[in-house]
Amino acid sequence: MSYLPTMAYTFPFAAIVGQDEMKLAILMAAVDPSMGGVLVLGDRGTGKSTAVRALAALLPPMKVVSGCPYGCDPAQPGRCCDTCRSALQDGKTLKTHTQAVPVIDLPLGATEDRVVGALDLERALSQGIKAFEPGLLARANRGFLYIDEVNLLEDHLVDLLIDVAASGENVVEREGLSVRHPARFVLVGSGNPEEGELRPQLLDRFGLSVEVKTPADLASRVEVVRRREEFERDPAAFCAHWDKPAEKIRKKVQAARKRLHDTAVPDSARQRASELCMALGTDGLRGDMTLMRAARACAALQGDPEVTDAHLRQVAPAALRHRLRRHVLDDTGSTARVERALAELLPR
Amino acid sequence: MLTGHTMQSLPNAADPLQAKDLSLQADAAWAAALLAVDPVGLGGVCLRSAPGPWRDAWLDRLRALMPVGTPWRRLPAGISDSALLGGLDLAATLSRGQPVLQPGLLSQAHGGVLLLTMAERVNADLAGKLASVLDTRQLQLQRDGLAQQLDLNLTLIALDEGQDDDEGAPQALQDRLGFWLEPPQPQDEQQALLQAAELEPEAGLSAADVLAARERLPSLSLGERQLQALCGTALMLGIDSLRPPLLAAKAARAVAALEGAGEVSDAHAALAARLILAPRATRLPPPPPPPEQTEDDAHEQAANEQDAEPAQNPPPPPPQNPQHNEEPQQDEDGSDEQLELPSAEELQEMMIAAAQASLSPGLLSALRAGKIARQTSAGAGRSGAAQKNLRRGRPLGAVRGALGNGARLNVLATLRAAAPWQALRKQGRPVEPARAAVRRIEVRRDDFHIMRFKQQRSTTTVFVVDASGSSALHRLAEAKGAVELLLADCYVRRDRVAVISFRGSGAEVLLPPTRSLARAKRSLAGLPGGGGTPLASALETAHKLAGQIARSGDTPVVVLLTDGRANIARDGSPGRGKAGEDALAAARALALDQFSCLLIDTSAQPQPTAQVLAQTMRAHYLPLPYADAQGMSKAVRLARPVAG
Repeated sequence: MSYLPTMAYTFPFAAIVGQDEMKLAILMAAVDPSMGGVLVLGDRGTGKSTAVRALAALLPPMKVVSGCPYGCDPAQPGRCCDTCRSALQDGKTLKTHTQAVPVIDLPLGATEDRVVGALDLERALSQGIKAFEPGLLARANRGFLYIDEVNLLEDHLVDLLIDVAASGENVVEREGLSVRHPARFVLVGSGNPEEGELRPQLLDRFGLSVEVKTPADLASRVEVVRRREEFERDPAAFCAHWDKPAEKIRKKVQAARKRLHDTAVPDSARQRASELCMALGTDGLRGDMTLMRAARACAALQGDPEVTDAHLRQVAPAALRHRLRRHVLDDTGSTARVERALAELLPR
Repeated sequence: MLTGHTMQSLPNAADPLQAKDLSLQADAAWAAALLAVDPVGLGGVCLRSAPGPWRDAWLDRLRALMPVGTPWRRLPAGISDSALLGGLDLAATLSRGQPVLQPGLLSQAHGGVLLLTMAERVNADLAGKLASVLDTRQLQLQRDGLAQQLDLNLTLIALDEGQDDDEGAPQALQDRLGFWLEPPQPQDEQQALLQAAELEPEAGLSAADVLAARERLPSLSLGERQLQALCGTALMLGIDSLRPPLLAAKAARAVAALEGAGEVSDAHAALAARLILAPRATRLPPPPPPPEQTEDDAHEQAANEQDAEPAQNPPPPPPQNPQHNEEPQQDEDGSDEQLELPSAEELQEMMIAAAQASLSPGLLSALRAGKIARQTSAGAGRSGAAQKNLRRGRPLGAVRGALGNGARLNVLATLRAAAPWQALRKQGRPVEPARAAVRRIEVRRDDFHIMRFKQQRSTTTVFVVDASGSSALHRLAEAKGAVELLLADCYVRRDRVAVISFRGSGAEVLLPPTRSLARAKRSLAGLPGGGGTPLASALETAHKLAGQIARSGDTPVVVLLTDGRANIARDGSPGRGKAGEDALAAARALALDQFSCLLIDTSAQPQPTAQVLAQTMRAHYLPLPYADAQGMSKAVRLARPVAG
């Protein structure tokens, strides 16, 4: 009897029991990456990492320039790396192929040189040339970077990630190298608030935040355990069994992506969103923007032609609960505050 | 045969207390056997015991049951990242000129057992890494120029040597380890040896049996009722995480495999529930209602009818015929169809009864008192005393610097700094033969890069809050407010806080040192007031906690909010005179250890008692007759020691 490494098969998204808010948040992140990532907070044993890792299977494949270490998009020369951009401007036709959207895991114990990229030591020592060896940020370009246990991440790595996520570019100035390459990715994280607080700058980087708890009713709990048992005993059969629902979700995400920019955002909705943010006293304007984008993604997912109050109500807690300027000890009451404001400003 | 032994050890509620010790031994023996059958699925064991013959005997027993050649490695709690995950093989790197991996401890233990010694001193980082490996069964390496992904199947044995109730292995690890063993503490050497001897492997069970059981394991699965009963039992025992029922399901299958059964029976599931779920109980299940229900209820037919019934309903009385499920090996498989199987609820009842009967006396009394045993603080146990900034701490990256003074060389960064210059430096040197055995790399002093570490010295503020009657009348609300404001401050500075409250007969640590404001707020919210003022106990408790904090590398600051009017002595007897003396004695002990203290006098008029107490404690004294929360918090901030 040998144990199949379960990472060869990821637990299918469609097979996750309950956790509707978290599933919606992850789908929205897949539909509109510009909204910012998702932070999943919850106690241990709640299945946070499971849901995030299942994201990769939901994303439609993307076109990349063959041979480019950053996976540049041939259709967007403005966002390409220097080599690709100059090649495109010269009018050369670049070979392209389709590949899966990268969902890169940032493992615990990662060092800065592997995250940012560094001098290719072998080539430097053997041939004496300075070559850049791309790191994880390069591989995550146009994709997602997943950080498990965000509270345990080292401070200097957090600073680095915040910088890069904000600018969309990774600038490497070390060991005689001077490299600048595109690094546009969506940060997705999971963590346990009991183990420590997240710095506000990092919290703000995440578009949405959701809280997960284990289900309270017995039937759901039994279902969770049963599905996990089946998955661990025969991952291939389990994934095959859930293939159809997974395909449905994939198609839904793809359709929503196509519809996204056609989904209308009426001015009244924008106004109400801003009113909500003002009432809650969110810092800065990122809250407003995220709320609007999230509402639009939600509408696109549900196939509605324009954003309505219902969509705002659905996404507001996830978009705003981690942005409230607050007496820091009121974190546990954030969701309640958002819902109270919703009840006042957007009555059903 | 093991079976005979097991069935006798399935306790029912009427078992005398002496049998409990025996059953603890039997449980430990079961744990070893089951872990050998399904080592990766069951995660491992959290073994809470002082080092001694019992622990060694148990480990020997486990080792004897595992297949020959299973890797068996010891993991020290203070291990560095490179040693754990993998790092540079220095010699090979230098000779080959490219990063060569030296497998870490985790890779060496692949397919085997990892012994985590002094598990109570493991910090959150190491716990996180081990938890991640146990979950994903993979090792992701991205460090020092190395990138690798390896499959990793491990069993973790956490050896918890903690003495106090609040010292224990990290919760993140405990949740993933199937068995929690806490053997009976021996009174003396002789008893210790006797207990160890009881663990001797029986003639029946051998490594060959275990191998045979492993073959049988994949074909076994749990029935719906059994799964429901396990989840229901976990819920009734107040176990929130969903991992324990999953582990119990795996354990049930392992039991069935070991007994050579064709399917998992109710008895197997009940045993698994007892072994895995009982030690994790955080509350006692509500007692069943008096048996007014008739026999019909105990023999209901369709299982799906019961499934519809929510588990929150008062559970049916314990099965009328207990021998129903204690029929051991007599064709259970065949006659199950004829006998009516107990419903999920009944099975759950049986499991709960079994679990309750096997709770250790300490856990039982703690549960009755409403306290959850073994509450460990987040990130408990930083190993070592105050850190030398050059050699210890969280790695911050490498900088150009000089060696010496105990600084640690970062080889890879040094090589990277030297690499671009090789061509230049090699000019003017005799040419190397084309196939040099060792490639020379010219490294100069300027190339050296040393590791920088983050100093782990932070402050932990211990609030000792007087919640007694005299204080409650005036100041408790303001004291709580001040504490909350200070918590906000600590959040900014990323310090930790702890709260001790005292009233009535003694003091209690309401909140162990934590950085989590969510927990801090929750613990303060429910703070009641009233009762006597046991000042001496409070000071002693504060002293003890401050000592623990100092030992783990932080700087403790004790903030005492009281009016100083002690009226309960150290031993709990009322009376101002003795209480006052005891309080001063405790204060003197605190002063001896030179902890930074602040006494905030919360009485309506500044009292000499409080002033004398502050003097004895060598604490800053602050009378705040009419001050509010803001004033208090400002004072505390000023009284802090200047950051070191």
